[in-house]
Amino acid sequence: MDTLNNTLLKVENLHVVYKARRETVYAVNGVSFCLKKGETLGLVGETGAGKTTTAYAIMRVLPDRTARIVNGIIEFEGYNLLDVPENLMRHGIRGEKIAIIFQDPMSALNPIMKVGDQIAEALKFHNKEDLSPERIEEQVDRTLELVGIQKERKYDFPHQLSGGMKQRVVIAIALVCEPVLIIADEPTTALDVTIQAQVLAMIDELREKLGTAMILITHDLGIVAQMCDNVAIMYAGEIIEIGSVEDIYSGKMQHPYTAGLFGSLPDLEKKTDRLHPIEGLMPDPTDLPKGCKFNPRCPRCMDICRNVQPEFTVEGTHKVACHLYGSGKGRGIDE
Amino acid sequence: MSPLQETIYRFSQNKVSLIGLAVVLLLIFIIIFGEFISPFENGVKQNIRMRLQGPSAEHWFGTDAYGRDIFTRVLHGTKYTMMIAFPATFIAEVIGIILGACAAFYSRWFDNILMRVLDVFQAIPGQLLALAVVAALGGSLFNLVIAMLIARIPASVRTARSIMLSLVGQEYIDAARSYGSRDYHLIFRHVIPNSLGAMIVSMTINLSAITLQVSSMSYIGLGVSPPTPEWGALLSEAREFIITAPHLIIFPGIAILLTALSFNLVGDGLRDALDPRLRD
Repeated sequence: MDTLNNTLLKVENLHVVYKARRETVYAVNGVSFCLKKGETLGLVGETGAGKTTTAYAIMRVLPDRTARIVNGIIEFEGYNLLDVPENLMRHGIRGEKIAIIFQDPMSALNPIMKVGDQIAEALKFHNKEDLSPERIEEQVDRTLELVGIQKERKYDFPHQLSGGMKQRVVIAIALVCEPVLIIADEPTTALDVTIQAQVLAMIDELREKLGTAMILITHDLGIVAQMCDNVAIMYAGEIIEIGSVEDIYSGKMQHPYTAGLFGSLPDLEKKTDRLHPIEGLMPDPTDLPKGCKFNPRCPRCMDICRNVQPEFTVEGTHKVACHLYGSGKGRGIDE
Repeated sequence: MSPLQETIYRFSQNKVSLIGLAVVLLLIFIIIFGEFISPFENGVKQNIRMRLQGPSAEHWFGTDAYGRDIFTRVLHGTKYTMMIAFPATFIAEVIGIILGACAAFYSRWFDNILMRVLDVFQAIPGQLLALAVVAALGGSLFNLVIAMLIARIPASVRTARSIMLSLVGQEYIDAARSYGSRDYHLIFRHVIPNSLGAMIVSMTINLSAITLQVSSMSYIGLGVSPPTPEWGALLSEAREFIITAPHLIIFPGIAILLTALSFNLVGDGLRDALDPRLRD
């Protein structure tokens, strides 16, 4: 499916836990995916599915008081990021090669630093060409204009900007060093709908212009359809379905959870009185159910689901982890 | 406007803080030029015939049991009280900020060790600890500063730590780390500047508290030794005459009160002036 030198990021069997005093939260349980250069992967799931934890693990910026990466390989440009020493991570990876666009622009900017200084900071850390202060300023101006903010606003403090503009600044910080991979962590959740569309369009345009790969974390399937090449659906710290956008939206197989996600979206063409939310809540991550993690909420749950963890069933680029599909493991669709 | 000019401008808009600043400047003026206002000699020269007189044109604040001029003694007392309170507060705060930031930042091991050490210090009342230090080392100005530091540092580290702990969890710290900030950079450029508003308030509270504590040490006779006119020592000397000659206690008391109050006012004003979020 992928030639080796085209692969940018390969995450394999990633396990992350948060250890509190008495309990262990199993946040990410064996996530694997692949990202090619210039490609966009959508990471979809409910709150608490482990999307952000996966992203932070890739950057190795998990809170070190509680979080542990227990197992896994994160291969980026051929290196396992989990083995890279911290100072190389800081110089060579964070900001330089991989950048995060944070979820909440209200809190992702330092409130007492001018936004221009915050953008310049990222640049100064990765100043390989020994740019003079004037050149750095120029670069800041250029990046601000790229995200659609007048350069005069660089002297403003975050509280003087609107939410949408703050998010643009956050994006500018991520872009200023021209990374090869952007992780956008629900970049539009904190914005209102009209600004959402603008910001997304901008991210997409910039990404295409700069040829950057992107992991787009979201719980909005609409955004995914619009922006992504591939989609991974996460549930309780696992990827339960992964494939191209076409596979997910109109593939032959569909995980009941994915079906549930679609069921809870309003559809312009069908007339229904109510939406169909998925019953119940995400399982307690300190005490995950046996077998398929989705079984307590699954409308098509079978005996086997309660005991045996489903493996991926592969059909072309489409993989689904559900006992409804696959050879011999499940008992067939009709049962 | 440069950031400094802007801060000064915004501070000047706050009338109450300006009054506080005026008093602080007056204190500094007194420390430097006290000798010219009323020579120290007047405050130690004994004159039994003039003892325990009320305020008059000659002795503005009256005289004490030895006939010494209270005005001169209060005036020169400023220097002694401030020479202890200023350095003690400043050093306690700087140590508090640095240790607090490191504790909040390196929460896995450093925090635990530091907090347990502070627990040991805080198990003993601060005043008692200060007394013990002075009793062991003697009552010089320098030793008093050390005593105040030992009594005050645990509280200021804890205050700083709790403020910084709430900052370390902020997303902009994660964000700064995610674009490649080093730890010291995160601490000195993001965590500490954001804590300064709260730390300045804690500093002014500390300054007034230390002023009072120095005074109370002298009051029980373990501060600077007589006849040095430290404010607390003045109060201590006055306690026998609290009913017959209340002016002995009123004037040094007012001096302590005004100092503590004005530092608090300046601190409040500074915090507001430094915070860009409070800008119009």
